[in-house]
Formats: sequence, C-alpha cells, structure tokens
Amino acid sequence: MDFINNYLLTLILFSPILIALIILFLPKERTKLLRWTALIGSLVPFALSLVLWFSFNSSADGFQFEEQYNWYEAINSSLHLGVDGLSLTMVLLTTFLTPLAILASFSISDRVKPYMALFLMLETGMLGVFLSLDLLIFFVFWEVGLMPMYFLINQWGSANREYASLKFIIYTIGGSLGLLLAVQMLGVAFGTYDMPKLFELWTAAESLNNIPEWLDIKTVKAVAFWAFVLAFAVKVPLWPFHTWLPDAHTEAPTAGSMILAGVLLKLGAYGFLRLILPFYPEQAQTFAGVLAFLATASIVFGAFAAYAQTDFKRLVAYSSVNHMGFVILGIAAAAKVGLDNTDLAMNLSKNIALNGAILQMFNHGLSAAGMFFLVGVIYDRTHTRNLNDYGGLFTLVPIYGGILIFTSMASLGLPGLNGFISEFLVVRGTWPIFTLYTAISMLGLLFTGAYVLKGVKNVLHGPLNKHWAGGEHKVSEINIREIIVMAPIMVTILWIGIWPAWILKVINKAVISIF
Amino acid sequence: MEFQFPILSVIVFIPIIAGVLMMLMPAERKNEVRIIALAAAVLALLLSIWVYITYDQNVAGYQFEEVYDWVPALGIGYHVGVDGMSIPLVLLTGVVMFTGVLISWGLDDRPREFFAILFLLATGVFGVFVSLDLFLLFFFYEIAVFPMYLLIAIWGWAKTREYAAMKLTLYLFVGSVIALVGILAMYFGSGLETFDMIKLEEANFSEHFQNIWFLPVFLGFAVLGGIWPFHNWSPDGHVAAPTAVSMFHAGVLMKLGAFAALRVGIMLLPQGAERWSGLIMVFAVIAVVYGALIAFMQDDLKYMIGFSSVSHMGLVMLGLSTLNKNGLTGAGVQMFSHGVMTALFFAVAGMIYDRAHTRYISELGGMGKIMPFAMIGFIIGGFVSMGMPGFSGFVAEFPIFMGVWQVSPWIAIIATTSIVITAAYILRNVRDVFFRPLPKKLEGQITDVIVLDKVAIFTVSALMIALGLFPIILVPMVQTGVDNILRLLGGA
Amino acid sequence: MRYTSTMVMSILPEILLLILGIILLVIEPFWKGDKRRNAGKLTAAGLFVIMALSIYFGRPNESTMDEVVFGGMIRFDWLAFFFKMMFVFSAAVTALFMMDHEILGKRGESYIMLLAATLGMNLMAASADLVMLFLAIETASIPLYVLAGFTVADKKSTESGIKYLLFGAMTTAVMLYGFSLLFGFAGTTNLYALADQVVTGQLPLGVALGLFLLIVVGLGFKVAIVPFHFWAPDVYTGSPTPVVGFLSTASKAAGFAVLARLFIIGFEGNLFPLSDLAYSWASILAVLAAITMTLGNLVALKQTNMKRLLAYSSIAHSGYAMIGLVALTELGMTSLVFYLLAYILTNLAAFGTAIAFERVTGSTEIKDYAGLSRRSPGLAIIMLVAFLSLAGMPPFGGFVAKIFVFAAAVQVNMIWLAVIGILNSIIGLYYYLNVLKVIYLYRMEGEDEESHPIPLTRPYALGLVVLSVGILLVGTLIAPWFGFSNEAALNLFKF
Repeated sequence: MDFINNYLLTLILFSPILIALIILFLPKERTKLLRWTALIGSLVPFALSLVLWFSFNSSADGFQFEEQYNWYEAINSSLHLGVDGLSLTMVLLTTFLTPLAILASFSISDRVKPYMALFLMLETGMLGVFLSLDLLIFFVFWEVGLMPMYFLINQWGSANREYASLKFIIYTIGGSLGLLLAVQMLGVAFGTYDMPKLFELWTAAESLNNIPEWLDIKTVKAVAFWAFVLAFAVKVPLWPFHTWLPDAHTEAPTAGSMILAGVLLKLGAYGFLRLILPFYPEQAQTFAGVLAFLATASIVFGAFAAYAQTDFKRLVAYSSVNHMGFVILGIAAAAKVGLDNTDLAMNLSKNIALNGAILQMFNHGLSAAGMFFLVGVIYDRTHTRNLNDYGGLFTLVPIYGGILIFTSMASLGLPGLNGFISEFLVVRGTWPIFTLYTAISMLGLLFTGAYVLKGVKNVLHGPLNKHWAGGEHKVSEINIREIIVMAPIMVTILWIGIWPAWILKVINKAVISIF
Repeated sequence: MEFQFPILSVIVFIPIIAGVLMMLMPAERKNEVRIIALAAAVLALLLSIWVYITYDQNVAGYQFEEVYDWVPALGIGYHVGVDGMSIPLVLLTGVVMFTGVLISWGLDDRPREFFAILFLLATGVFGVFVSLDLFLLFFFYEIAVFPMYLLIAIWGWAKTREYAAMKLTLYLFVGSVIALVGILAMYFGSGLETFDMIKLEEANFSEHFQNIWFLPVFLGFAVLGGIWPFHNWSPDGHVAAPTAVSMFHAGVLMKLGAFAALRVGIMLLPQGAERWSGLIMVFAVIAVVYGALIAFMQDDLKYMIGFSSVSHMGLVMLGLSTLNKNGLTGAGVQMFSHGVMTALFFAVAGMIYDRAHTRYISELGGMGKIMPFAMIGFIIGGFVSMGMPGFSGFVAEFPIFMGVWQVSPWIAIIATTSIVITAAYILRNVRDVFFRPLPKKLEGQITDVIVLDKVAIFTVSALMIALGLFPIILVPMVQTGVDNILRLLGGA
Repeated sequence: MRYTSTMVMSILPEILLLILGIILLVIEPFWKGDKRRNAGKLTAAGLFVIMALSIYFGRPNESTMDEVVFGGMIRFDWLAFFFKMMFVFSAAVTALFMMDHEILGKRGESYIMLLAATLGMNLMAASADLVMLFLAIETASIPLYVLAGFTVADKKSTESGIKYLLFGAMTTAVMLYGFSLLFGFAGTTNLYALADQVVTGQLPLGVALGLFLLIVVGLGFKVAIVPFHFWAPDVYTGSPTPVVGFLSTASKAAGFAVLARLFIIGFEGNLFPLSDLAYSWASILAVLAAITMTLGNLVALKQTNMKRLLAYSSIAHSGYAMIGLVALTELGMTSLVFYLLAYILTNLAAFGTAIAFERVTGSTEIKDYAGLSRRSPGLAIIMLVAFLSLAGMPPFGGFVAKIFVFAAAVQVNMIWLAVIGILNSIIGLYYYLNVLKVIYLYRMEGEDEESHPIPLTRPYALGLVVLSVGILLVGTLIAPWFGFSNEAALNLFKF
C-alpha cells in the first residue's frame, strides 16, 4: 500500500501504456482476449484514481502526491507530477471515461490489437497533461496525445476520415507551435521548466535576458500569452478555431468521439486554467473581454450551427462548441476580475464562475461522451446519421429512446441533471462581470434547447419511418453491453445534478488556491 | 605503461579487414561473403557499444587514446581518441553498418564487391570520428568520400546514378579540398609543426587568421553536412544510391561533415566561429525551412527523405552555430537521432521500392496492410522527424531551439515553423503510402518484409524511442563533449 | 686525380647496368623463338638485383656528400641515389611489361635500349657539370627515340619516333646553346662554380635569366610542361605502350631531378628572402605550372583514347609536381621528390593495366573498357587503385603526394597556386571517375563478359601487384618515403 501511495501518480500515468504493451504481445486473432484485456486493464487506472480521489486531502493547499524524477537534466526538465483539485477532477474524468469508451468499442472488429493499444496510449497522453507539473513534460504529453487520436480517426473513422484526421493534426500541431516557442522562451529565460517555480519567476520577471532590448517585457508577455491562448483555443475549440472539430468528431469512430469530446477538449480548457491564468494574470485581465467575446461567439454560433445540421453526429459535435463556450466564458470572467481584486462580491462571482467552468468541463465530458455513444448506437443499426432518415423510432426502441432523452436533457441543462448546475454557476458568476455577453449567451442557451429537441424529435418522434420497422433493416433495441456503457454515465449525471457538493468541494479548493 | 587494448583502432580497421577477406573469397560464394559482412558489422557494433559504456563520463575529455608516430618529420601522428561528441557517432556508425548489412542481404549483383566497398567507406567514417590528428582526419575523410561514387554508380538507380554519383563526388571533393587548404594554413600558421588536434586546440591563432580561415574550413566540411546552399548533391545522391548506401549516406556521412566542421572549424578556430556564426545560422535556418518546404513538394519518396535530411541537418548546423551549451548539446543529439531516423527511413523506402518498383508516392498505397512492420517503423521515424515528444527527435530539437532562443528569438521562431511543414508531409506520405487502398497495378506484387529487415527496423526504432523517453542515455555523454567545446570557446 | 672507393660507389648502379647490358648482349642471341622472353626476365631480374645491390652497398653517406667525384663531374648524394633507384625500379617494371609485347618482347635490342636510357637518366640525376649533364641527357634520350619508333611496321610508331626525335633534337640544341653561352660568360662548366658567379654578380642577372630560359626549354621538353608539351600526346599514342609508360615516368622524373638541382644550386639557397632572380623565376615557373596542369586536365576531359588521356593527365601531373619545385623550399623539394615517387608507381600501374588490356583486345579506346570489372576483376581493381591514386584519393600514394605539394605552396603563401592545383584535381577526379565508370558500370555489348576474360600473364601480374602494393605503401606508411625524400631534398641545400 505504501508503494501505491508513494508512486500513485506514476502508476496512474503509466499503467495504461503498460497494458498497451501487454496487448501488443498478444496474438492478434484473439480479439476477445484483446478486448477484455484492454477493458480490465483500463479499470486499473480508474481504480487507482479512485484511491487517489479518496486519499486526496481536499482541504489542503497546493499540489499533492508530488513526485519528481530526473528526465532531461541537460535542460533542467524533470518528470514532475502532482495533483490539485482541478487536475484530480480531470484525471477522474479520464480514467472513468476510458473503460467506457473501450467497452463501447467492443463493436470494432477490424484490427482490434492496434486499436486497443492506441486507445490506451491516448489515455496516458491525456493523463500526462493533467498530471505534469513541468512545462516541458506538459508539452510532451500534449503532443503525445495527438498521435493515437490521429490514427484512431485515420484508421477506424468513417468515409471522410483522411481529410478530417489531417485537418485535426495540422490544426493542433500548428496551434501548439506558438506554445512550443513560448515554452522554449520560458525555459531559456529561467533555466527551468518546473511549473511551481515558473509561476513565481515568470510573473515577477521584469526583464528577460534573451530577447532584444528594444522589446518591452510587456509586449513579450502579451505575445507569449497569445501563443498560449492560440494553442489552447484550438483545442477547446474556441470560435473561430473550431472548424476542425465537426470534421474530426464526425469521422472518428464512436469511442474516439467519446474520448475526443469527453477528454481531449478538456485539455484545452485545462491549459487555460493551469497555465494561462497563473502565468499571465495581467494579460488575461487585459484581454478578458476578447476571450469573453470569443466564448460568447462559440456559444451562439455553436448553437446555431448545431441547429442547422442534418447529420446527427455533426449536431452533437457542434453542441460541444456550444458547451465549451461556457467553460471559456467562466474563465474569461475570472480573468477579468483578476488576482488582487478587493471587491468581495466580485471575488465571489469569480469563484462561482470558475467553479462552474470546471464543473462544466466535467459535465460536458459525461454528457458529450454519452451523446456520441448514443449516436454511435443508432448508427450501428441504421448506417445512417442523417436526421431526416430516422423518425418515430421511439416505438421500436423504447429503452434506447429513454436513455437518449435523458442524456439530451442533461446536455440541454435541465434542472436536476448535471448540466444545469454547471451552466447556472457559470452564468451566475459571469453575470456581474460580463453582463452583456452573459445575456447573449443565455439566448444561445435557448438555441441549445432548440437543437437538442430537434435531434430528439427527428430520431424518436414523428411519423415512423417504415424502413426501420421490419425486414432486414429492422432496428433492434439497445443491448446489454451498450446499456452497461451508459449506466455509469447516467448515474453520475443524475448524481451531480442532485448533489454536486462532493465534487464541488474538491474543485472549489483548487479554484481558491490557484487563482 | 600497461598494455591497453587498442579498441578504437580495432573498430576502425575491422571493416576494412573484413572487406579484404571478402575480396579474397571466390565471387560465387555470396552467402559466405554476407556472413563475413554481418559478423564484422556485429563485432564493430559490439565494440562501439563497449566503448560507449566504458567511457568514463566523470573524467570526460578524450579517452581510449592511442598515439603512434606516423610521419614525425611533419608532426603527423596516428592519434585516435574519443570524447562525448564522437562516441555517439561511433555507435551510430556501428548501428547503421549493422542494419545496412541486414537490409542489403538480398543484394545479388556482386555482393562481394558491394560489401567490400561499403566497408571501406565504414572504415573511413569510423576513422574520421576517432581521429585526433588533422592529417589522419582528412585521410579518413577522403576514404569515406570516394567509395560513395562506386557504390552509387554501380549499384544505384539506373536512371540517375551516373549523374548523381559524379555530382556527389565532385561536390564533396571540392568541399574537402577547400577545407584542406585551411588545414594546411592552420598547420603552418600555428608554428607548432604538428597536425595533432589537441595541441592545435591550444595554438591561439590570431584573430585575423581565424577570421580568414574559419569559413573555408567550416564550409568545406559542411558541404558534406548538406549545408545550404551547398546541399544540392545530397538529395540526388540519396535517390540514386542503393538502400544501404542511402542509409550510410544520410545516416552517417552527413554527420561526418557536420562533425568535421565542428572539430576542425569550431574547435580549432573558435574566434572565427564566433565571428561567422551569424552567417552560418542564417544558412542553417534557410536549410531548415527550405528543405522542409521542398520535401513537402516531392512526389518521390526518396527525394522527400533526401530533402528532409537537408532540413534536419540544417538543425544540426543551427545548433552548432549557436555556440552555446544548449545548442551544441542539441546538435550532438540530433546528429545521432537523425542518423538513426533517416537510416530507418531509407531502409523502409528501399523495402517499398524493391517490391513496388516505384518510389512515386502517387503510385503507391496500401503498404500498411501488407507490411505492417515496415509501416510502424516508418511512422516512428516520422515522429522522430517531426520532433514529436517521446521520440528522440524532440530530445534533440528542443535544446537546439533553446540554444537559438538565446542568440536570436527570430531565427528560433522561423525555424520552428519547419515542424508544421514536416508534420504535414510526413503524415501525408504515411497516409498515401501505407493507408490508401493498394493500387491495382501493384496487386500481387507486394510481399511482407523478411525477418532480417524486421530486425533492422526494430533495432533502430527501439533506439529512437528509448532515447526519446530516456534522454539520460545519451545527453550526459554529449554534454561532456560540449563542455570541452565551450572551454575552447572561452567558457561562453 | 686519385682513385677513391667513393668513385666506384658513386657510379655503382651504372656499372652494374653496363654489366647487365653486356651480359644481355652476349646471351640473347642464343635464345630462339619462345625463349626470347627470357631476355625480359633477365633484364627485370637483373634490374631488381642492381637495385638491391646498390641499396646495400652503394648508399651515399655524410662523408661522400661533400666529396667531389670525378673532378666535379657528378655528385654522390641522396638526391642522385634516390632518383637512380626510382629509375632502376621503373626500368625493371617496364621490362616486365615489355616481355609480352609482340615486338618489343622478342627483340633483345629493346632491353638494351632500356638499360642505356636508364644509365643516362642515372647520370642526369647525378651530374654536377654542364658537360656531364648534356652527355647524360643525350644518353638517356637517344635510346628512347629508338624505342619510341621501335615497331617499324606500325606507321604511327615510326611517326612518333621521328616526332620525338625532331622535337627532342631541337630542344636539346637550344639547351646546348644555352650551355655554351653559359660557359662563355662564366668560363666554367661546373654548376656549383657557376652558381657562385651568379650570386657574386659576375654573371649579370639579365643574362642569367636569358640563359636559364634556354636551358628550361630543353628540360621542359623532358618533363612536358606547357608550352613544351606538344610532342607528348602524339608520341604517347603512337609509341609502343610499355615505352610510353617509361617515357612518362622515369624520363620525366629525370628531367625534374635536373631541374631541381639546377634551381636550388642556381639560386644558392639564398631563398629567405628570395633573391630577385629566384623570385622572378619562381613566379614564371609557377604560372607555367598553373597553365600546365590546367591545360593538361582540360584537354584530358575530352579524350576517348586511353593513351591520350594518360598523356594529358601526365602533363597535368607535371604541373602538380612543379608546385613543389617552385616553392623553392626544403618542404617543396621534399614534396617534389615524394610526388615523383608516388607518380612513377601510379602512372606505371595505369599504363601497365592499359598494356595488359591492349595486349588481349588490341584496343586503347576507353569505351572498349566497358565491362572490364566483370571480364577481369583483378585488372579492374588495379585500375581502380591506379586511377584513384592519380586522382589523389587516400589511402593511395597520390593523395599524400598531392597534400605535400599543396602544403609546400601554402607554406610559402602561394595560396593561389594551391587553389589552382585543387581546382585542377577536381577536374582530374572527374575524368578519372569517368574511366572507372566505364570499367565498373558499363557492360560489354551482349553482356557476356564472362566469355571474354582478359587473362593476365605472369609478368604483368607480378609488375602490377608490385606497383599496387607500392602505391598503397606510399599512401599509408608515409614516413619512410618521406624520410628518403627529405634526405634527398636536404642534399640540394648543401653546397
């Protein structure tokens, strides 16, 4: 037990890749064995993160379970891991969703071995981002996560996967270029990549030794700020950098979309919270308006775009743009208030907004993963995603219909379900800070309702499309495996919706201590 | 003095002795010839691993030294030794030699001559890396250059081999003889009457002298390193060369140029280096971006790799031109990383060409299903190439960029754009070559790679990943070498 | 004049050569038909024995250096000795190459001529007096005229013999005129005495310059520097190839030996700083050297005939060797001697392979060499060695030799000359590689090389192997040869 406690983060981080390695050595014909190994294997990090969750001291400041190992001494970068409330939530989300996604991928029968291995590698990549306290390691995992996703889309995606995967990778690599440069600049300037050290050094820096003298430190910081923002905004995605997302989501295999929407998008938002706010409080304050504008645009345009879709999966994809907009809106509001604001009310609003944003990340992870999975379920049966091809399926598949409606409602923000809590917190928090943007966002929320209902209506209600009623195209009911995938998601959705305190407690502490 | 096993000399002369042995075999006994080649390659590899492991990093400096008089009247000695900069390259040569032999196992046209000439080349390469005497270095340098002509002209791609071989040889020869004038000037200018590099390191050439002679020496050698604008020979040579030769060429030979430019140019003429480092940096950054762009435009797989080598060697030059700790460390690591990576690239390109008989990316496709092992190797190489974290390329490129930041942020920013371009063309090619459906024309032609190929691919892939995950296995070694360079540069 | 043992020792090789010639003359008529080849064996073996005996007994030493032998006619020093050994060696190899020549090999006279020419060259290297020098030059030249035109049935050979004779006679006449003027002005024929007069100013500078010009004409002809090179390509093409090999190596080296001695003595070593005379001469010759190598290489680019190619390449090599000469330093002279050593081995090997090829195929066209690497891998490898050495690639002798001459130029700050030399060696590399390309890359028509082998007879094999090993040894074990060359060069600076 001591061993586990001492090396908990390392174990969580590297257990998926170990399992991936084991899978690589299994015979490729034994698909069943491969699937079950992957599933059971992916439960290991989940179990470990539960251990982490329960042994986490939610009332303590700063990072816990810190570990530090030499990695690249020459440039003073080390494998420095640690968690606080923010990363803990994200780690839990990741390890929670991965087994479900793997279970959801049991329907994959083509090249199961590389698929499962890639999936687990992807998990390590994402966990690495959340766990690392070293800027360079952060960047390493940031990039490492891209590759498995690229291949998952490229190899197991649907018709237009080539285009989508390339677009995905070029956008994200291109976006992270500025991040890379800024990271280099920081490393060169301070001779370390350790985040806790950099938080202090960089924010206090009055001059840098490696920039031309005629460049003002403020300018440099502003440029570096935007470099960071760009990298994370692409990932979130923030309007207008979102165009890769509908393509990638639509073409990715079901489980890929689940992880993509459930976790990968959170990487971007996590970057905002973990790096941008602490590194650039002043710049963030200065540019908070711009961020809020972009967030609002994401919310509104995301909703409009989603409404206009006839492809069910694209609809859900755009809904991600819409929902993630709230996360950024909350963050922008917090940035606007700034670090040393003495106005208590403002500070309170800031905390509420941030709490809401982080909870929204978690919630969106659940509901988007669920939605994508449900789209996958219906697609597996009908081989179409066109909303106009469905119709009145509720009578054929009542259980599925029930689950779909439940999840949609969570997405829509129905009170009593999780989406409501987080969106309410965000809106409550941002209202006094960005009243106009919040108001516009509320209108966006209206359209959220509209497109979700449109989707549900077209699939489940209306006149029954006879095509699916019988014969070889008869749509069958959702099966046990698929229900098992959905059940934990739905339970959590409901749980947070009714009693969010267990998770907000952790988040709130983090919010207070990091910002 | 106690007897010391002359391990470096043994490494240097193993290949050529094996080559002579092969030439003594009757030409028909092809298999025996191959076995001799493999045995020699394995032996050289093991010995270079041994050197790598037993090198004492705490002591640093030149180790395993051997000094014998050669032409004492002129101060020419047989002086060999290795430091942290050269050991990785010796190991690299061992690896490339080993994999090169494996890859060329199926070569059927006069394998005896092929391996003998290839090994002559290997002796030259090993020799340059361990030489601590300018004359000896130049001697081996030339030995490393001319076998390329024969290897490309005889066993190369019929369409362009004559042209490419001649172009390559002339370019390299021009570069080397220009450097020779510089070497001679250093010999006479130092007044020490010696070619011994360790003594010349302390020669204190006048600043005027260094300013004049640095450029000819550095650029003369850097031609072989593929420095822009003298890179032109390199892609043509790559394309025309047979697989193992391309591997040697891009994997090791180009390092030879960069290494010699470092050893002779920067280390012996440090003030000249400081004077001209800006120019070199500009050349290098142009090579980095321009090479990547041209690689992006290529439809020929080997040209693509060839130009990507120009781009990556540009990074090496960029690292060298920073003259600071990070940059030089990065350059040292990049030499190793790129050597292994590009050897892998060419190996896979060769495997594809052997089967499909075309290298045009537009005519290829569907290789992934048939030769998954080669595909994985190629993808790993691709990741290294685009500096993906977790692979050796990142470990190498990152310090280079850090080094450049310290000198000129603008150059760093420009150079970094090459990463996106590289990612674009690598991914596009992976997709086109491996993932697209197999073209009708190629149906039935393509077979999976053989076990020996897999061994080769595995060896280099494992190296790249290991280095990417655990930089500690290489970086401290390189740093001991860098410390010495920095000392010569005046602790800069 | 009193007899001393040094007198014998100083001309020991020549005495032995004479004895060998006489033996040959006596025995040869007894051999008929196939046995005639024995004459070649005897000559070659005899020459190797002469070499061994001379090296063992006849080496000069400190005491003999200053001794004036035969009334100052010749010098017994390392320079002379080293060159003599080179001549004897190349004569021996040439004898091997002549053995299987259809005409040369069957006539004892050809070997006698060879020995006579060698004798003359030996004396050229040793002579320290104008009269002796002239006699030596003639002794060396006349047998060569005969040899060049030896195959009377072949019109081209006859033509080349006549051409060689006419050119040679004319240039020698000019040189002789120079000699006589020199004697007229100075009243002495002893080189060392002449030099004193130049230095003390008894011989006006202008006159000395003019006289030197006349002399250079004669020697320039021997070593084939521009503009006295015109005879070379035609004579090389027409003459029997073994003779050409000898002409282009030993005969050229003999010319250089004389040039070196004349120059260093003529300028009395007052080289630092260079006297005006020495400086102007060095500059003129440096320009000549540059022109020679450039012209030789450029014209060689175009050649399609192996012998013509080698002819022009050997003109170019004269240019490289001149670099060492014009440096007028110890290192320069050392590098000149070293260069000639490497060059003799290399060029003989190149011609040797051409001879072997010509004997079987009857062709000297480069394009007929296609597929050689498959027809005769051994011969192809030796060509590879020879041509790469000519091109100046390690680990062959030519590489080191080139570096030394360039070093000599750099040392005296004639960097421009070194650069021109380097540019030229690039051109050289190009056409040498082109020949190798034909040998290794191209196929014979019909691609059935295996059924057209090129058998090497034993003397060729022996000669070629000895040469290749020599090339390698010069290129790798540099020190001993450098030591000898250095000894030889040092002698020049002792008066």
